[in-house]
Amino acid sequence: MKLSMWTYEGPPHVGAMRIAASMQGVHYVLHAPQGDTYADLLFTMIERRQSRPPVTYTTFQARDLAGSTADIFKKACRDAVARFTPEALLVGASCTAELLQDDPGGLARTLDVPVPVVPLELPSYQKKENWGAAETFYRLVRAFVGRNPRPDNIPANSCNILGPTSLGFRCRDDVTEIVKLLTEEGLDVRVVAPMGATPADLARIPEAAFNIVLYPEIADVTARWLKTAHGMPFISTIPIGVQATQNFVDEVRAIAGLPTREGRTRDRLTWYSRSIDSNYLTNKRVFIFGDATHAIAAARIASEELGFRVCGLGTYMREFARDVRDAAAKYGVEAVISDDHLEVEAAIVAARPELVLGTQMERHIAKRLRVPCAVISAPTHVQDFPARYSPQMGFEGANVIFDSWVHPLMMGLEEHLLQMFRDDFEFNDSASASHLHPQAPAVKTVEAAPAPVVAAAPTGVIATWTLEAERELQKVPFFVRGKARRNTELFAQGKGIHPITVETLYDAKAHFAR
Amino acid sequence: MSVAQPVACNEPTPIRQRGQHEVFCGLTSIIWLHRKVQDAFFLVVGSRTCAHLLQSAAGVMIFSEPRFATAIMEERDLAGMADMHDELDNVVARLLERRPDIRMLVLVGSCPSEVIKLDLSRAASRLNAVHAPRHRVIAYSGSGIETTFTQGEDNFLAALIADKASPRSAGEAAKLVVLGCLADVVEDQFSRLFAELGLSGVTFLPGRDAIKGLVVGPETRFILAQPYLGAAAAALEARGARRIDSIFPLGAEGTSAWLRAICMTFGVDMARLDAVVAQPRRRAAEAMAHYRPWLEGRRVFFFPDSQMEPSLARFLSREMGSELLEVGSPYLHREHVAGELALLPPGVTLSEGQDVDEQIDRCRTANPDLIVCGLGLANPFEAEGRVSKWSIEFSFTPIQGFEQAGDLAELFARPLMRNAILTGGADRREAVR
Ligand code: SF4
Ligand code: SF4
Repeated sequence: MKLSMWTYEGPPHVGAMRIAASMQGVHYVLHAPQGDTYADLLFTMIERRQSRPPVTYTTFQARDLAGSTADIFKKACRDAVARFTPEALLVGASCTAELLQDDPGGLARTLDVPVPVVPLELPSYQKKENWGAAETFYRLVRAFVGRNPRPDNIPANSCNILGPTSLGFRCRDDVTEIVKLLTEEGLDVRVVAPMGATPADLARIPEAAFNIVLYPEIADVTARWLKTAHGMPFISTIPIGVQATQNFVDEVRAIAGLPTREGRTRDRLTWYSRSIDSNYLTNKRVFIFGDATHAIAAARIASEELGFRVCGLGTYMREFARDVRDAAAKYGVEAVISDDHLEVEAAIVAARPELVLGTQMERHIAKRLRVPCAVISAPTHVQDFPARYSPQMGFEGANVIFDSWVHPLMMGLEEHLLQMFRDDFEFNDSASASHLHPQAPAVKTVEAAPAPVVAAAPTGVIATWTLEAERELQKVPFFVRGKARRNTELFAQGKGIHPITVETLYDAKAHFAR
Repeated sequence: MSVAQPVACNEPTPIRQRGQHEVFCGLTSIIWLHRKVQDAFFLVVGSRTCAHLLQSAAGVMIFSEPRFATAIMEERDLAGMADMHDELDNVVARLLERRPDIRMLVLVGSCPSEVIKLDLSRAASRLNAVHAPRHRVIAYSGSGIETTFTQGEDNFLAALIADKASPRSAGEAAKLVVLGCLADVVEDQFSRLFAELGLSGVTFLPGRDAIKGLVVGPETRFILAQPYLGAAAAALEARGARRIDSIFPLGAEGTSAWLRAICMTFGVDMARLDAVVAQPRRRAAEAMAHYRPWLEGRRVFFFPDSQMEPSLARFLSREMGSELLEVGSPYLHREHVAGELALLPPGVTLSEGQDVDEQIDRCRTANPDLIVCGLGLANPFEAEGRVSKWSIEFSFTPIQGFEQAGDLAELFARPLMRNAILTGGADRREAVR
């Protein structure tokens, strides 16, 4: 039993739903009680999808448990096929139905519905959402690709893109960006799956020369099977960030037998990050947490392309713990592998970052700690499905990343001016937005006691400040004041200083100076 | 002007369907219960699905440390490798260590815990032996195989009554118990009205404090503030309390009738009632009048969600002049909603339970002006060019009482106003008030 206030991943059948909802012509019959239909709103509300996900739930009740739940399941399958006329039917159980042992796969086989049925075995008490998605995709591909030999004369520049799904982080725009990029490079993109694919499209996967795995969490297992069963090579460099995109292009061209060519400058990140305004980004401490793909990519971009210092790196996906550990070692930090958000919170507090890149949960943690944050990975919130085009992958993705990571921070010139004019009476946090606009609301005081984190953070110690030190602290610009307070308290705590005086404040400042 | 008592006339036969339900399970009531009952912590004993449901439905993202959590059962628990009760004790110990402020710990059963017959009442009494009186432990089921959405509150209140109204409590029996979760602001408004009416000894259940005892005796009367409280009402009745029958306090009519029923029971002079409610009633009428042009003659279709649907429909039809196409409810408690059903216009289609695909077909055929439905259906309907209202707001927003009558009307009117604005004001009426 595991105590959970917040989970990074849903149950494995939600992963299966993500695959079904990504594809065309697939319908999923899920043996589940009524409450499990909440999962629909992940798609219709959070992703703002225009149609209901293609899922029929049996919604059995306690009074059905006496014996007819199997019949309810069979009826639901027949009705779903009649109503939705899918090309393929996925069948499976949620956690409660798993305990009933009705065996959806076996039952569906006895049904003689006129469509292929793909049964799913997703152990709910053992596995989680991403695993469920990967397994479902693999089962579908196996079912429709089969063992038929690949055709001869496959053009070397033909490829498939595997892995993008519904509810994934910016998958929709990534696919557009990468297809465009590959097409410009002379590649012929045949099948994109699961997003947008039909079962018939899956059957055509072996007709391309190679596969591109954009999201290993979803497509790694499938790509490996296609390699073993059909000898299809695959590329698993993830084109997030300028360098990685360049490497990706080179690898793709090489495997397609196209000559390498000089990289054209197609991104703005490289220049923006060189420009003088970005000077202040130097060695800013950044804490990164998310799915493995996005977290590892983020760490590389942060460190190599933006000049930040990675002060923490982790993932909630144990399946990819090794990759993340290896990456973390490069930045001299120890990877946080945990799906307990309280542990992650403690790690963030301990790392004292100036920027957090994380999931929706880290966004909330960062908000409470008053540290700027950008979301880089699922799980997400409705605002992580923006109306505008905002890929993470390819050269345009790098531009988007520059903006979305740097904007939560104070801009360079801004930071310097605030420093220089901090004693100016019109230029402090309690002044109204502009003396020209008396109606404008005064800037809210940013400094307030952080919401109590009961016995969670190691900072739980109550530090007393002398009145003078408190007053001196108020002279620190508001946007760094929270950090100054935390650093000083941390310093005082470490040295057993009590109470905190003006001296302590400056000693701490000197101690943490870099 | 006197507060008229509505007259019963007819009761239509509902459509009953057994198919896919598109309704939350009872766990979801935790979302408002934990905000209301401030010293309680809700621990669901369930699966990863239950935890995911709570966070998806509740926007736990907003309160990253809420007063609820899930003890997620794992493979080894089911395989019997670990004794579940020991595991649960450990989780509870860990939780109480982390949150020593918890005064009442509520164990909430889920589908998986019910199917494997994990006895949470037994667990609660065992944990009480260890943690009471510092932390009181009770249990109820919010499972989706037993309860829909609001019924979780019903089971919680029934468990709370069983616990609160125990021999531990001594003192005078409550005169009036108002049963059903009300937002604090609504509770305070009603308290003021009761005081003006000269009624004392009123207990709201749940109140902000879960621990405070409750004495129920044969002289106790209770009235429902919510229509979904069959089990909680039975629990009070089993302790000798008697129910005051009324429609529910939604809209000026519902609130008037509700207060009148209370006053009749306690012999409050009707003239006094009229005097006390005259002002709030006038305000309610004024507030509702703003929205009537938007709702008058509009054809409305209700999907089942909270069991409040008959009351909401009654409000729309009688006070807003809307036309009702279908009124769906997950369950109809015949006795408790008899008054509401009697006030619905003749010929209205009622439905109980659900087969969502067929209901969607009926809805499309009826082509309503406004569809009241759950979060899973609303956007797909909007994408078809239909106007919808998320039903979840009726459970989360204060809508009871005179002062909220205008807000209630506004909840229905807003989607129509918005549609008018976005479609170029073809039907603006008074769009920009
Ligand atoms: S329906 Fe059952 S299994 Fe699903 S979330 Fe509700 S209690 Fe948990
Ligand atoms: S918090 Fe946002 S995304 Fe989550 S349910 Fe509420 S409105 Fe939807």
